[in-house]
Amino acid sequence: MDSKQFLSELYRQLYTIRVFETRCIKLYRQGLIRGYFHPYLGEEAIAVGVCAALEKRDYIISTHRGHGHCIAWGAELKRMVAELLGKETGYCGGRGGSMHIAQIDSGNLGANGIVGAGIPIGVGAALGSSIRGDDQVTAVFFSDGAANNGVFPEAMNLAAIWDLPVILVLENNHYAVTTPIEQVCRTRDLCERSKGYGVESFTLDGNDVLEVYERTKAAAEQCRQGKGPVLMECKTYRQMGHHVNDPGTYMPKDRLEYYLAKDPVKIGRKYLAEKGDATEEEIARVESDVETLLEEAVQFAKDSNEPDLQKFLEEVGSCQ
Amino acid sequence: MPVNDTSTATVATNGREIMYREALNEALREEMSRDPAVFCIGVGIGDRGGSYRVTVGLLEQFGRKRVIDTPISEASFTGVGVGAAITGMRPVVEILFIDFSMLALDQIINQAAKYRFMTAGEGRVPMVLRTQGGAGGALAAQHSQSLEAIYYHIPGLKVVMPSTPYDAKGLLKAAIRDDGPVIFLEHKLLYMTKGPVPQQEYLVELGEAEVKRSGNDVTLIAWSNMVLRSLSAAEKLAEEGIDVEVIDLRTLVPLDANTVLESVRKTEHVVIVQEAVRRGGVASDIASMIQQEAFDYLDAPIKICAGKNTPIPFNLRLEAACVPQEQDIIQAVKNALRHQQRRVPPP
Repeated sequence: MDSKQFLSELYRQLYTIRVFETRCIKLYRQGLIRGYFHPYLGEEAIAVGVCAALEKRDYIISTHRGHGHCIAWGAELKRMVAELLGKETGYCGGRGGSMHIAQIDSGNLGANGIVGAGIPIGVGAALGSSIRGDDQVTAVFFSDGAANNGVFPEAMNLAAIWDLPVILVLENNHYAVTTPIEQVCRTRDLCERSKGYGVESFTLDGNDVLEVYERTKAAAEQCRQGKGPVLMECKTYRQMGHHVNDPGTYMPKDRLEYYLAKDPVKIGRKYLAEKGDATEEEIARVESDVETLLEEAVQFAKDSNEPDLQKFLEEVGSCQ
Repeated sequence: MPVNDTSTATVATNGREIMYREALNEALREEMSRDPAVFCIGVGIGDRGGSYRVTVGLLEQFGRKRVIDTPISEASFTGVGVGAAITGMRPVVEILFIDFSMLALDQIINQAAKYRFMTAGEGRVPMVLRTQGGAGGALAAQHSQSLEAIYYHIPGLKVVMPSTPYDAKGLLKAAIRDDGPVIFLEHKLLYMTKGPVPQQEYLVELGEAEVKRSGNDVTLIAWSNMVLRSLSAAEKLAEEGIDVEVIDLRTLVPLDANTVLESVRKTEHVVIVQEAVRRGGVASDIASMIQQEAFDYLDAPIKICAGKNTPIPFNLRLEAACVPQEQDIIQAVKNALRHQQRRVPPP
């Protein structure tokens, strides 16, 4: 698992998400991206580690903070940026935007604007696999905020009573919008809640891509043997506010600094250099390749057409 | 081969009569046998066979993988239906009472209804949500509501409300084959009603209303249990020489405006009968459509005979006062026709 190629691929993904978010925030500030934009900065290792551990035939379902999941699952950057710009060539043809990107044919069932709503939907995808007898695992990304919504225990219970192949990936970034988790939860580890439902769970360092990868690999194996579901609580931290326009002033400086020092992209880079024996030059090449690809994607999105209004009105007209 | 036939007259029933709930059961059996992607999920539908016996025997025939009993977690098992549907299954989700579907509104309205739209047409949610509503005799405020207007209001949902065993079977089969999502609303007072249902397979397509009784004096528009009440009101009115045409909308979305307008142009008088509370109801919307499309044909204002704007009370006498009764419908028809007489210009 420490092969250079593998570590290089993990780093490429981490770096892609980082650059994608950073670049798109710039586009947002320039007024090219409108609406809500929830950056995944600081949480990249979870999406990358989980997606790398799954098979192509598996499913993922994402959240409102979903760009990272889509990219890690293999979304095309140009169609991602195009969707953020609301263009015809975007994943949803400008009908969905940041919070609704999906690639159904490849198994990404989509981001979601409603906190927690993806949990039962993901469990449903797994139920379908189980009825068909297909060897598929579904990874459900959700947050500490969603863990306080009723569908979390409900859907976890459904997955448990039917032994479904579901990995519940709880991204604990410690904030529900702007509310610190300590204020709305008495226990320190949210994964403890699974015990009452007979579901195996554990916490892990969500900023360490290899740890996420290895724990997911084992969880997926367990699910494929019919011993699912599994709840993984990945401890992490946002590197900025809830969305681009939230300065995040309520985030304590010392805590932010602690997590910035544990930056998931830096950790991934270190793995590639140390465990993968990659030279600085080789790493720089990975980075510049990503940057080039992203600039092409931005250009593609900018050059793309707005959605065709006539076509849209025809679609709506037929929506009886 | 299924017969795409919407006419009860042309598919021979050979005298076979079954109950509404049996017709639904047959539809589920046939579709589950035809397509392995179809499965049923809900509270008490397996071992118990459903509160209204609609799913009785399905567990024995299709097994626990496809007839799934759930805990009372409406939001989540509805969401499970959505997830299974978008990944290629055809779930039939049962929620015991439409009142309980309020717990699942996020999954129905924010998820199922919008998925196809948000994914620019790529995603599909071929899910049927079966539930039942209406006042059923002393079930009180949280088990008696007619809430179709909530679903009617939401773009992306289809809304089906059959009144007869024939329509219940044909429409449920069509709903299961539809790319959905379809909200399939039954009525608790209809489950035990009997009607002709042919042995041979047939479908009733979504979006086609049916003239259940033809007449020339006034158009009575109704759906679900109010169709039966309107038909018996029409018989009483016939005795008084008033010739009523009764249209059963069968599906509210898509709405068959053509059948409605054709009748309105003929009778020039309209009464819309709605069990749900008057305020913000489907009847008001249909009235507005008729006024826009056929104003010049109307000889009198459109009458709406609807439920009172109140929660449904427990006491039977009070309950009956809140929901249109046969006598209310008769009176509404007479009022609609009386208006014409008043309109005679003064000498």
